[in-house]
Amino acid sequence: MANGMTGNIARPQLSPKVRLRFDRRTGRYLLLYPETGLELSRTATEIAHLCTGERTVDEIALYLAQIHSETSLVEITRDVRSFLKTLAGRGLVQGFK
Amino acid sequence: MNNEYRPYTLIAELTYRCPLRCPYCSNPLGSAGYGNEIDTDTWLRVFQEAEALGVVQLNLTGGEPLLRDDLERLIERASRLELYTNLITSGIPLTFERLSRFAALGLNGVQVSVQSSRPTESDRIAGALCFYQKLEVMQWVGSLELPLTMNVVLHRDNIDEIGELIALAERVSADRLELANAQYLGWALKNRVALLPTREQVETARTIAANAREQLRGTMEVIFVTPDYYSVHPKSCMDGWGRRFIVVNPEGFALPCHLAHTLPGLRFDNVTKRHLADIWHHSDGFNQFRGDGWLPDVCRTCDRHSKDFGGCRCQAFHVTGNAGATDPACSLSPDHGFIDSARSQASQSAGMPILFEYRTGRGFAQR
Repeated sequence: MANGMTGNIARPQLSPKVRLRFDRRTGRYLLLYPETGLELSRTATEIAHLCTGERTVDEIALYLAQIHSETSLVEITRDVRSFLKTLAGRGLVQGFK
Repeated sequence: MNNEYRPYTLIAELTYRCPLRCPYCSNPLGSAGYGNEIDTDTWLRVFQEAEALGVVQLNLTGGEPLLRDDLERLIERASRLELYTNLITSGIPLTFERLSRFAALGLNGVQVSVQSSRPTESDRIAGALCFYQKLEVMQWVGSLELPLTMNVVLHRDNIDEIGELIALAERVSADRLELANAQYLGWALKNRVALLPTREQVETARTIAANAREQLRGTMEVIFVTPDYYSVHPKSCMDGWGRRFIVVNPEGFALPCHLAHTLPGLRFDNVTKRHLADIWHHSDGFNQFRGDGWLPDVCRTCDRHSKDFGGCRCQAFHVTGNAGATDPACSLSPDHGFIDSARSQASQSAGMPILFEYRTGRGFAQR
């Protein structure tokens, strides 16, 4: 996207086919979708749980920045966008391109 | 907990029975494995044992899983265990009411197989009149807001329709389109001459699929599975023997792949006699081709073996007679000549109509 803002006001929501499941073996979350899934890092898990269609990308980043004061907002915003891009490429998130 | 050998997916082959008779069927040849099917309670216990072992994905497949009248109970239990439950089906026989029940009980996704984008051709390959019902089923899946995968097994008679197949998948709003070249094992190996496309056919199809994949990114995932016979390196069959998948076949044998029990000299255990975790970790069959110890020299000295695990054990056996050999699909295999000659046979017979042998057996249609 040419101007980063268009993406940042989007309100991403996990696609209905996605199930988040806690994995007892690894203590991490799995993002499951038809016939396969992704093992999520801690950051990715937090982002995924915030993709409810209510918050914008900026709001998600701001919220995470408050929890992780050691990381800059710029860095967090970059992580959020990059993770959402991965999900969008697989059709796993709505409201974000 | 060591995650190197952890099953993520249970492939539950509920029955070998099927109303269709596709010539590349992945069921074992002949009457092998057409014995008694394990009962509902055994399956329910297997799901529970699988979940405890780390399984998170469940594929309900066959044969045709719809022929089991306990499918509702199986889906209900799977859903309670939080397994991501996929129904892998031909779509026959099914009603909208039954599919709605599955959805209400927690089914997560449906994969429907289509034999061709052309109705009469699809019915010819399937050996049954079924194309229009499949279309209807795919529309039902969409109307119930379940994710739909459309699966097509590619071979020389339908691979040239790849554009039409992609258009069909778009028309039924599939989330995923699996364009999988036939695996030349079992029935497909028997019918290989009638099925193997030429290199030109494969290349053209691959290019069209790759373009569609880019164009449809985010809307529909397009997966093109190259035939082993035209790859330089073998596939990492099942992501490696006994690493990520457990198949439980209709009779209750737990297997690293759906044809593993057709390999001679291997012993596999039955879920009615042994706990799934015990079979997974400790049985001879599952440990036979794990790790590096069994690797033939060609693979041991090749740095790709950590990616492809030596390829497919069944293909190694069916072509070379030795299940422990390098997959002959690999260009480094001493037995690769067999694959070369199969390819030249395919290019010489290009365009000639060849009859294939229908899968027979105690199918639904024959009952």
